[in-house]
Amino acid sequence: MTTASSSAASRPDPALFDYLLRLGDDSLILAQRLSEWCGHAPMIEVDLSMSNVALDLVGQAMLFLDYAGQVEGKGRDGDKLAFHRDALRFRNCLLVEQPNGDFGQTMARQYLFSTWQRLLFQGLVKSTDAQIAGIAAKALKEIEYHADWSAEWVVRLGDGTPESRERMINGFAWMWRFVDELFQVDEIDAAVAKAGIGPARDSLRSDFDAALKSTFEAATLPLTPLPAAVLGGRKGHHSEHLGHILAEMQHLPRSYPGAVW
Amino acid sequence: MSTLHDRVMGVLAGVPDPEVPVVSIVDLGMVREVRENPSVVVITPTYTGCPATDVIKSSIRVALDSADLRDVAVETTLSPPWTTDWISESGRDKLRAYGIAPPPHSSQLRAKASPACPRCNSTNTQEISRFGSTPCKALWRCLSCAEPFDHFKCH
Repeated sequence: MTTASSSAASRPDPALFDYLLRLGDDSLILAQRLSEWCGHAPMIEVDLSMSNVALDLVGQAMLFLDYAGQVEGKGRDGDKLAFHRDALRFRNCLLVEQPNGDFGQTMARQYLFSTWQRLLFQGLVKSTDAQIAGIAAKALKEIEYHADWSAEWVVRLGDGTPESRERMINGFAWMWRFVDELFQVDEIDAAVAKAGIGPARDSLRSDFDAALKSTFEAATLPLTPLPAAVLGGRKGHHSEHLGHILAEMQHLPRSYPGAVW
Repeated sequence: MSTLHDRVMGVLAGVPDPEVPVVSIVDLGMVREVRENPSVVVITPTYTGCPATDVIKSSIRVALDSADLRDVAVETTLSPPWTTDWISESGRDKLRAYGIAPPPHSSQLRAKASPACPRCNSTNTQEISRFGSTPCKALWRCLSCAEPFDHFKCH
């Protein structure tokens, strides 16, 4: 072990590494989930949309994970971190690894994630870390589009037919327990917020709740109190789903190390 | 004698966007800077996950090498983030001639004005899908001439 503690006060590098994994893994795992829809979506336009959103998220993930590798200083790049890490080392929130279910469930997940991610990145744009601020400013333009697009679907399905409405309600019913984790503050977030690297996660809550209220009113959907939160993703305690996602995502580079196109 | 800047920009003006080959990377505003001592050309990606970015980087390398500009390095920057406002006027004309409605200026982003059909110029148009065949485009249709068309999204 080298002595990182002396510089940790001004620039908490181990915390920064972990924080970058959280940012990168959220985007990476959701991208992988969305790409499962490729060729299966209800309409070709929707198929294209989800692939496009997935592509944006992969782009974010690579930028954050490459940077995480630099901060770690052990010679790992984004690919190495994406494809040669086990589930216990992943730091994504539990929301993004939830199954696609039907289209309503996928849209519920996307709406919750993109609405939260927009607020988070609006804070990251002001990061004291120039690299993070640069990535965030770039990505925010794409996220705005994801958030608007998924909100439109929530309204269209929620205020649609009895069938689409029921599916939207059921989709959210699956996802609600993973919302609180997005705003949970642990020692990593506290260190990062103190250094001005990222916004305090709990500070995003009121804007998030206001956005939900507005969308749910437009969608004529009921907003009910959240069920007990399920936590653990940020510490590597994942649902069984992540293992299956990684098995598929990592299969090729693990079976054929160094494979290139 | 042309300066290094002019030579490099001249070469890069011949490097097409692989997805929309009618416009060059200079037309798109992806070339941010040409520096000397050491010689560097700085480019910025359009979308973070755009697969064309890697193709473009290797196309730039090949173009510079073929023009005997092997010493010029290619760097990527994210800041300031690329915006469609950097697409040149001639780039916009080329997009329109190619059948892609060019993006409005970002100051009009929230106005949500409908783009004019690149075929018949009617503004009686409708969005089909917010996402299209590439990250930078949305799918629209013209209600006057009934043709579907790509719209380069304001970004």
